[in-house]
Amino acid sequence: MAEEKHHITSYKTYLLVLSLLIVFTLLSVAITQIELSRWAAAAALLVAGIKSTFVLMIFMHLKYDQRMFRVMVGLIVALVVVVIIITMLDFLFR
Amino acid sequence: MSVVHRDDIGSKLGMWLFIFTEILLFGGLFITYVVYRYLHQEAFHLASQELDVAIGTINTIILLISSATIAMSITAIQQKKKKLTLALIATTILLAIVFLVNKYFEWGAKFEHGIFPGSEYLDQLGFGDVLFFGLYFFMTGLHAFHIIIGIAVLGFMYYYVKTDRLTHDNFQLLENGGLYWHLVDLIWIFLFPLFYLIA
Amino acid sequence: MSENKQNSAPKSYLEETGGRKGIFKWILSTDHKRIGLLYLYSIMAWFFIGVTLGVLMKLELIAPGKTIMGAQSYNATFTVHGVIMIFLVVIPGLPAVFGNFMLPIQIGAKDVAFPKLNLLSWYIYIAGSILVVSSLFAGGGPPDTGWTFYAPYSFKTGTNMLPAVLGAFVLGFSSILTGLNFIVTTHRLRAPGMSWMKLPVFPWAIYGTAWIQLLATPIVGITLLMVLGERIFNIGFFDPAKGGDPILFQHLFWIYSHPAVYIMILPAMGAISEIIPTFSKKTIFGYRFIVFSTLAIAFVGYFVWGHHMFTSGMSGTALFTFSILTFIVAIPSAIKVFNWVATMHQGSISTDVPFLWAASFIFVFLVGGLTGLVLGALATNVHLHDTAFVVGHFHFIVFGGTGFAFFGALHYWFPKIYGKMYDRSWAKTGWAIFFVGYIALYMPMFFLGVMGMPRRYFDYLPEYHGPNIISSLGALVMVTGFVIMVINLFRAVKTGEKAPQNPWGGTNLEWQISSPPTLENFDEIPTIDKATYKYD
Repeated sequence: MAEEKHHITSYKTYLLVLSLLIVFTLLSVAITQIELSRWAAAAALLVAGIKSTFVLMIFMHLKYDQRMFRVMVGLIVALVVVVIIITMLDFLFR
Repeated sequence: MSVVHRDDIGSKLGMWLFIFTEILLFGGLFITYVVYRYLHQEAFHLASQELDVAIGTINTIILLISSATIAMSITAIQQKKKKLTLALIATTILLAIVFLVNKYFEWGAKFEHGIFPGSEYLDQLGFGDVLFFGLYFFMTGLHAFHIIIGIAVLGFMYYYVKTDRLTHDNFQLLENGGLYWHLVDLIWIFLFPLFYLIA
Repeated sequence: MSENKQNSAPKSYLEETGGRKGIFKWILSTDHKRIGLLYLYSIMAWFFIGVTLGVLMKLELIAPGKTIMGAQSYNATFTVHGVIMIFLVVIPGLPAVFGNFMLPIQIGAKDVAFPKLNLLSWYIYIAGSILVVSSLFAGGGPPDTGWTFYAPYSFKTGTNMLPAVLGAFVLGFSSILTGLNFIVTTHRLRAPGMSWMKLPVFPWAIYGTAWIQLLATPIVGITLLMVLGERIFNIGFFDPAKGGDPILFQHLFWIYSHPAVYIMILPAMGAISEIIPTFSKKTIFGYRFIVFSTLAIAFVGYFVWGHHMFTSGMSGTALFTFSILTFIVAIPSAIKVFNWVATMHQGSISTDVPFLWAASFIFVFLVGGLTGLVLGALATNVHLHDTAFVVGHFHFIVFGGTGFAFFGALHYWFPKIYGKMYDRSWAKTGWAIFFVGYIALYMPMFFLGVMGMPRRYFDYLPEYHGPNIISSLGALVMVTGFVIMVINLFRAVKTGEKAPQNPWGGTNLEWQISSPPTLENFDEIPTIDKATYKYD
C-alpha cells in the first residue's frame, strides 16, 4: 500500500492560496472597521469560513485525498454546528 | 514475521481522527463563547475594543505564512530537495516563535492594566467583561499551548529529515506534523474574528 | 523474523513471551490480546472496589437513620463509587477488554493498527486511575460532588476535586486513543473479502462506539479543564456570582456523558448479537437492521443529552426537543430487541451459560429501556427526577445492560481467551443467584422512587423501610452469585480442562483459529468469501 501515488502540489499554488488568505484576512478587518452594523460580525465569520475551506482543501490536501476524508470532515463540522444549535435552543427561548 | 507493514493512509487517518478530537475540544469552548456572547452582547462588543486589532492581524498573517511554508516543505521533500525542506520547516518554527513573542507582549499589556482572570479590576467591570476575558485568556492560552506542542513536533520533523529518517518516499510523518500545524492555524482563523473583530 | 524452528505447532500468545519475564511479559507487550487481558485484570480490580462501596451504601440504607456511616462519608462513598464504576469500569469495560481481544481477530487482522499506541492507552488508563484514587487519600478528604462534578459546587467544595477531575480528564485521553486505534483498525486492516456488510456485529458495535469515544470525550475533557480553570484561576465560567451559567456546565457535561451511556451499551448489544445466533444455531435476523440501528443509536444518541436536565430550568423549546429526540433514540434500541428475539424464533436453542446471560440481558435491558421512556417523558420526569427511580433505571441499563453483557461475553469467549473450559454447572449456579439478587436489589428502587424517596441521601423516612430492606438483602445475594462466578473462572484458568477450538459451534473467524490463539492470530490472513453468521 506504500506505493499509492501522491499528488505534488506546486509552490505556485501554495503561494497563490497564501496571498488569497492574506487578502481575505485584511478584507475581514476592513469590513469590521467600517460601520456595517450587525452584519459585520457575520461577514467576518463568513470570511473565516472561506479561509478555513482553503486551508482544509489545499494546505491539508483534502482536495487530492480519498473522498472518505472529505466526508468525515464535513460530518464533523456539521456535528459541531448542530450541537451549537441544539444548545442555543435552550438559551434563545429561555 | 515480515517487515513491519507500512500503511500511509492508515497513519493519515489516525492523524485526522486526532484532529477531529481537537476540533471537538475547541468546539466545547466555541459553544461556551456562543452562549455567553448571546447573553452579553453589548459587553462583549465593548470588551473586544480593548484588544489590539493590529497585533491580532499581524499574528494571523504570521500563522498563515507558517502554514504555507510547512505545506511547501512537503512539496520540497517529494522533490528530494532536502535543504529546502529543512529551511522551510525551520522558517515555520521561527514564525511560530514570533507568534508566541507577540502573544507574550499582548498578554503582558493586559496584565499591566489589571485584566487577568480573577483580578479585582476585571470583577468591577461586570459579568460580560469577566466572561469575555475569561474566554479570551482560556482559548488563546489553550491555542498557545498547542503552538508550543507544534514547535516540539516540528522540531522532531526537522531532526528526522536531517537524519534521513524521512525521505521522498517516506514522508507521511512530516505530512501528519503539517496537518497538526494547519489545525493550529484553522483554530486561529476562527479565534481572530471572534475576539478581535466583533468590536 | 521468526527462526521457524518447528512449524508443526506455533506457540499460543500466552506462551509467547518475546523473551520477557514475569510481569514484564505483560506490561511491555504490544500484543492486542495481552493488552486486552491487562485491561480485564485492572478493570476487575476496580470493579471489586466499586462493588464494595456499593454494598457499603446498601448496608447504610438497610435501616433509617445512621447505620454504618454519616452524611459526609455517604456523599464521598457514592461519589467514589460513581467515579470508579463509570470512568474506570464501564466506559473502558467492553471496548478495551473484548474490543482489544476480539476486534482484530474478528476482522481477520494480526493486531490493531497502532499496537504501541494501544499499550500507551493502557498506561494512560493506569495513570488516570492512580490520580482518581489519590483524591481519596490527599488532604481535603474524598470528593463529594457525585460523579457528575456539577458546578458550582465542584469548584466551591473543599474536598480533593483537583486530582479527581484531572484523573477523569486523563482517562478521557485513554478512551480517545483506544477509539482512534479501533477506527483505523476497522478501516484499514480488514481481511481481503471482508467488506463492511460482511463484518460481524460485534466489530460494528465497537466501530460505532469508537466514534462516540472519539467525538464525545473531548467535550468533557474541555469541560473538566474549565472546572480546573475555575478552581485554580477563579475565571467565572460557571460561577453565577461572576455571570457564569451553571446550566451551561450541565449542557457541556451531558453532551459527553449521555453519549458515554452509548459507549457502555453499544458494545454490550454487539456482544449479545454474537452470543444469540451462536446458541440459536441460526443466522442473525435482520443483519442490516442491526448494523444500521447501531449507527443510528451512535448518531442520534449524540443529541439527547438534555433529558438529564429536565428540571434544571431549560427553555420549553429545549425540553420539548430533547424529549422527542429521546423517544426517537428508543426506536433503534427496540429494533435490536426484536431482532434478537426473532433470531431465537425457531432456532435450535441450547441454554448454555453465555446464552443465559444474554437472555437475562434482554430482560433487564427491556426493563431499563421502558423505565427510560418514563423518564424521557416530560411530565413523569418532573415527579421522578432525582429519586430512587432514576437510580434503578440507570443501574438496569448500565449494570444490567453492560454488566450482564460483559459477564456473558466473558463466559462466551473465555475458552478462546484461555484455552480452558470452566465448570458449567457452577457457572449456571452463579448466574442464577446473581440474577435473583440483582432483581431484588434494583426492582424496589422503582417503587421507592414512585413513592418519592430521593436519591443520594444516607437517611430516609420510616415509610420507605420495607423496599430498602429487600434491596439491601438483594445486594448481598447478588454479591454471593458474583463471587461464585469469579471463583469458578479463576479455578478454570488454573485447572480447567482444555477447551476445543470451537466449543459453541460459532461461525465467526475467532472460532476458526486455535484456543488460545497464536501470537499473530492467523498463520495466513484469511480471505472471506461468504456472509457472516451462516449456519448450515
